[in-house]
Amino acid sequence: MNRNGPLALIFHVLFLGFLLAPILIVCAVAFTSQGYLSLPTEGLSLRWFRAIGDNPEFIRAFKDSLLLGAVSSTLAILVAVPAALAIARHQFFGREAIQALFLSPLMVPHIVLGIAFLRFFTMIGLGGTFAGLVLSHVIIILPFALRLILAASTGMDRAVENAAASLGASSWTCFRRVTLPLILPGVASGWVLAFINSFDEVTMTVFIASPETTTLPVRLFLYIQDNIDPLVAAVSAVLIFLTVAAMLVLDRVYGLERLLVGKGRD
Amino acid sequence: MAYLVLDQLTKRFGNWTAVDNVSLTVEKGELISLLGPSGCGKTTTLQMIAGFLDADGGRVMLDGQDLLAKKPNERGLGIVFQSYALFPHMTAAENVAFGLEMRRINRADRDRMVADALKLVGLEQYGDRHPRRMSGGQQQRVALARALVIKPSLLLLDEPLSNLDAKMREEMQIELRRIQRTVGTTMILVTHDQSEAMALSDRVVVMNKGRIQQVATPQEAYDRPANAFVANFLGRTNLLPGMVGGSAGGTVITVADSVWPVAQPMAAGPGALAVRPEKIGFVDAGGLSGTVLARVFQGTQWLFEIETAAGKLMVIRQHDGSPLPAERERVMVGWRADDMAVMPADPDTASGAREAA
Amino acid sequence: MSMAASTESQVQANAPATAPPPRRPRRWPWTPYLLSAPGLALFAVLLLVPLVMTFLLSLNSFSFYGGIENVWQIGNYADIIADSYFHEVFLRTFRIAAVVTLLCALFGAPEAYILRRMKSPWRGLCLLIVLGPLLISVVSRTLGWALLFGSTGLVNQGLMGLGLIATPIEFMYTETGVIIALTHVLVPFMVLSVWASLQRLDPQVENAALSLGAGPLTVMRRVVLPQIVPGILSGSIIVFALAASAFATPAIIGGRRLKVAATLAYDEFLNTLNWPLGATVAVLLLIANVVIIVGCNRLVERRYKQVFE
Repeated sequence: MNRNGPLALIFHVLFLGFLLAPILIVCAVAFTSQGYLSLPTEGLSLRWFRAIGDNPEFIRAFKDSLLLGAVSSTLAILVAVPAALAIARHQFFGREAIQALFLSPLMVPHIVLGIAFLRFFTMIGLGGTFAGLVLSHVIIILPFALRLILAASTGMDRAVENAAASLGASSWTCFRRVTLPLILPGVASGWVLAFINSFDEVTMTVFIASPETTTLPVRLFLYIQDNIDPLVAAVSAVLIFLTVAAMLVLDRVYGLERLLVGKGRD
Repeated sequence: MAYLVLDQLTKRFGNWTAVDNVSLTVEKGELISLLGPSGCGKTTTLQMIAGFLDADGGRVMLDGQDLLAKKPNERGLGIVFQSYALFPHMTAAENVAFGLEMRRINRADRDRMVADALKLVGLEQYGDRHPRRMSGGQQQRVALARALVIKPSLLLLDEPLSNLDAKMREEMQIELRRIQRTVGTTMILVTHDQSEAMALSDRVVVMNKGRIQQVATPQEAYDRPANAFVANFLGRTNLLPGMVGGSAGGTVITVADSVWPVAQPMAAGPGALAVRPEKIGFVDAGGLSGTVLARVFQGTQWLFEIETAAGKLMVIRQHDGSPLPAERERVMVGWRADDMAVMPADPDTASGAREAA
Repeated sequence: MSMAASTESQVQANAPATAPPPRRPRRWPWTPYLLSAPGLALFAVLLLVPLVMTFLLSLNSFSFYGGIENVWQIGNYADIIADSYFHEVFLRTFRIAAVVTLLCALFGAPEAYILRRMKSPWRGLCLLIVLGPLLISVVSRTLGWALLFGSTGLVNQGLMGLGLIATPIEFMYTETGVIIALTHVLVPFMVLSVWASLQRLDPQVENAALSLGAGPLTVMRRVVLPQIVPGILSGSIIVFALAASAFATPAIIGGRRLKVAATLAYDEFLNTLNWPLGATVAVLLLIANVVIIVGCNRLVERRYKQVFE
C-alpha cells in the first residue's frame, strides 16, 4: 500500500513535466541557429552563446551579482552568528522580539523593501551604489542564514561548552575551539542559502540598482520587458546550467532538502 | 582538616527551594556520593560547586579558598558529565589534551600526560578515535581521562553510569573505584542508584527535597537509617507503626503485640520501627504474631509476606534446608534489638537525623 | 531562608544562624545584548528607518510640477479607497493570489505525498527536480513561460496539434497566463511545506488503519489528510503572501496593461514618479501581508497545537 499506484505516477510525471517545461524550453531556444525566436527550432548552434560575448553588460552584471552575493552573504554570516548564539544560549528580556525582528524581512514584500530602500538610499546619498545594494541584500538574506545557524546552535549538545569551561577555556577560546567547529555546517549552509537568495533577487534590486551597478537578474528583466530573443534565453541557459551544477554539488555535500527545509524545527 | 566545606548552600528557583541550607564536609581523598531520588537537589548542588549555577546563599570552601568567587573556568575542577560531553570534532587524545592546552603545557609533556591518562582508563589504543566511533563505556572512560589528566583538586561526576547497560555499569564501578584508589583524587558522585552509591562510596550523603537526610558510611546508613526516608531508600525495609513509651527498664516501643527495647532515649508518642527483611526470623515466643500470606521461592532465598496487626511485613530467609512456615500458618517473627531502628512517626521531618561517623 | 528547617539538616550542631553572602563574580548580563547589537543596529537603521520613511512618504502629496511635497495628508489613501481603478488592481491581485494558492494546494500537496512514498534513489532525484527550480532566478523561469505562451508558442501549438482547440488561446498578457506562471514559481514552496509536515507522520499509522479494515481511500481521507492539513495551511499562507506581492512574473507575463499591486507601485514610482502614491500602495501591501501571515499563522497554530505539541 505504501507504493505509488499508476494513477499517482502519471500525475507525478505530469507534475514534473509542468515544472521542467519552462526551464527546458529556455535551454532549447538558446541553442537555436536562427536569428530570431521560432519554435520549434530548425537547427542547433552555439551562436547565441557566442553572442553573449558581444554583450559585455551581461558578463559584467554576472560578475557584479557574484560579488554582491559573496559580500552580502559574508556580512550576513558575521552578523547572524553572534545573534544566533545570543538567542540560542541566553534567556534575556526581549529575546522573542529580537528573533522576530531578525526574521521579519521574510514577511515584508520585496516590492515594499525596494521602494523603502530607494527612498532611504536616495536621501543618504547611497542611491545606485554597490554599498547600497550590499546593505539591502544583507537585510533580506539574513533570515535565511539566521534560521540555519540557529538550528545548528540549538541542536548542539550544550554540555560540551560547559566541559570546555570546566577545563579552563575562556569564553572566546570555547567559541573558537568548540562551538564554531560544531556549528560550522550550519554556518556554511547558511552562507550558501544566503548567496542563492541574493543572486536570484530581482524585485527589490530593480528599484535600487543603477545602470552602472546592476545584477544579472535585473538586467535580464529589463531586457525581457522590451524584447524576448534567443540572446536572453542563452544567458538564462548559462545561468541554469551553473545553478544545476551547483545544486548537484550542494546536494552531494550537504543535502538540498536539509538546506531548504532546514535541519530541525525553528 | 576538611578539604571541601559546603556551608549552608542554598538555591531557589522562584518559589521552590531546590537546595535548602546544605552543609557538608569532605576529607581529602574521599569518594562520597550524593544520593537521592530525582528532584532531591543533588545535581543542583553539584552544578553550584562546578559553577554552572549561581548559589543564592551559603559558601563553598575548597582547601581553604572561596570557590564561589571564581568563574567556572577558573575553579580547576574535573567534571564528568552525564552525557560525557566529549568534543565530537576531536579525537579521544585531543579531547584529553584540551585541558592541558588551556594550561599551556608544552607539546611533549602534553602528549606524555595524555598517553598516561588513556592508559589509566585502559584506552591507550584509542587515542585517534572520534567519540562517535566509540561505545558508551569507552566514551565514559575518555571523559574520565579528560577530567583526571588536569590533576584536579576535586572530581565531580554527574550520574556517570546511568547511560550504561547493567553489565557495563558493574565493570565501570570497579574501574572507577580502582582509579580513585590509584590517583587519590577527592570525588563527589551524584547518583540515584543506591546500590551504586553503596558500592563505591566512603560515605553516602542521602538527600531528599533539597535537604540532607543522613551522612554516613554505606553500612551505617543501611543498618542504622536516620529516618524512614533513608530506611526506605536504601535497600528494602519494613516500616511498622508503634507507640514509644517509658517503663522501668528504659524506653520501649510497642508494635501490636510485641515490645522492643529502644537504645536511645526518645520522647514518648507515636513512632515507627524499621527492620530489614533479611534480619527477621521466625521465633517461638516474644515476637510479633502474624499469618503467612504468601511465600515465594527465589532460588537462594525465600520471600515471605506476613500479615500482622501492625501491617504487612516482608521477610527474607535463606534457602538452607532449615524448616520454614507454609502459607496460612500462624507464626511469630522476631529480630535482634541491634538490627532495628526506631524513629519518630512523621517521615518527613529529619529531626531524628544524626551523623553516624 | 527558613530558619526552622535549616537547623534540622545541619551536621554541625553549632553552626552560625546565617552564612555570610557569597562573593560571586558578577555574571555579565549584557552578553546577549552585546552579541545581538550588530544585528540590532543594522536592522534599526536599515529596516525600521526605511519602512518608517516609506510610511511617511505615503502621507506626502505629489503634483506634476511641484514634485513631492512635504505635507502630511491621507489623500493618497483616500484616492486608493475611492478610485475604482485601484479597486480593480487590488481585487485582481488578491484574486490571482487566491487562485494560485488553490492550484498550488491541489497539485502540490498530492505531489508531496507521492514523493514521500517513493523509494530512494528516485525520491532524492525527484525532490531535486521539484525543489531545484527554487534556486533558479524567477526571471529565467518566467522567461520560459513567456516563450511557451504566445500564439506561436509551444503550448498553443501543442493544444492545436492535439485538436483540443482551433485557434490559439491568448495566454500572454492575460490573468490566466499570470496564474499559470505564478503557480509554477510558487508550487515548490507548497511541496516543501507539506513535505515538512509529512516528515512528522508515523508511517505505521496508515498501516494501523489498514489493519483495522479501512480501504486506501478512507485511509487517505480520514488518516493522512487531517494530519497534513497544517502543512497545507502554512504552505498556503506562504504562497498567498508571495503571490499577492509578486512582481517579476506579473510584469513579464502580464505586461504593461495587466497590473497587479506590485507592478502598480513600480509604475507609480519609476514611470509616473508619483512616489507618495507608490509608497501608499506599498504600505497597503505590507499591511495586508503582515495581517495574512501573522493572523493565519496564529489561527493555524492554535487549532493544531494540541495535535503536534
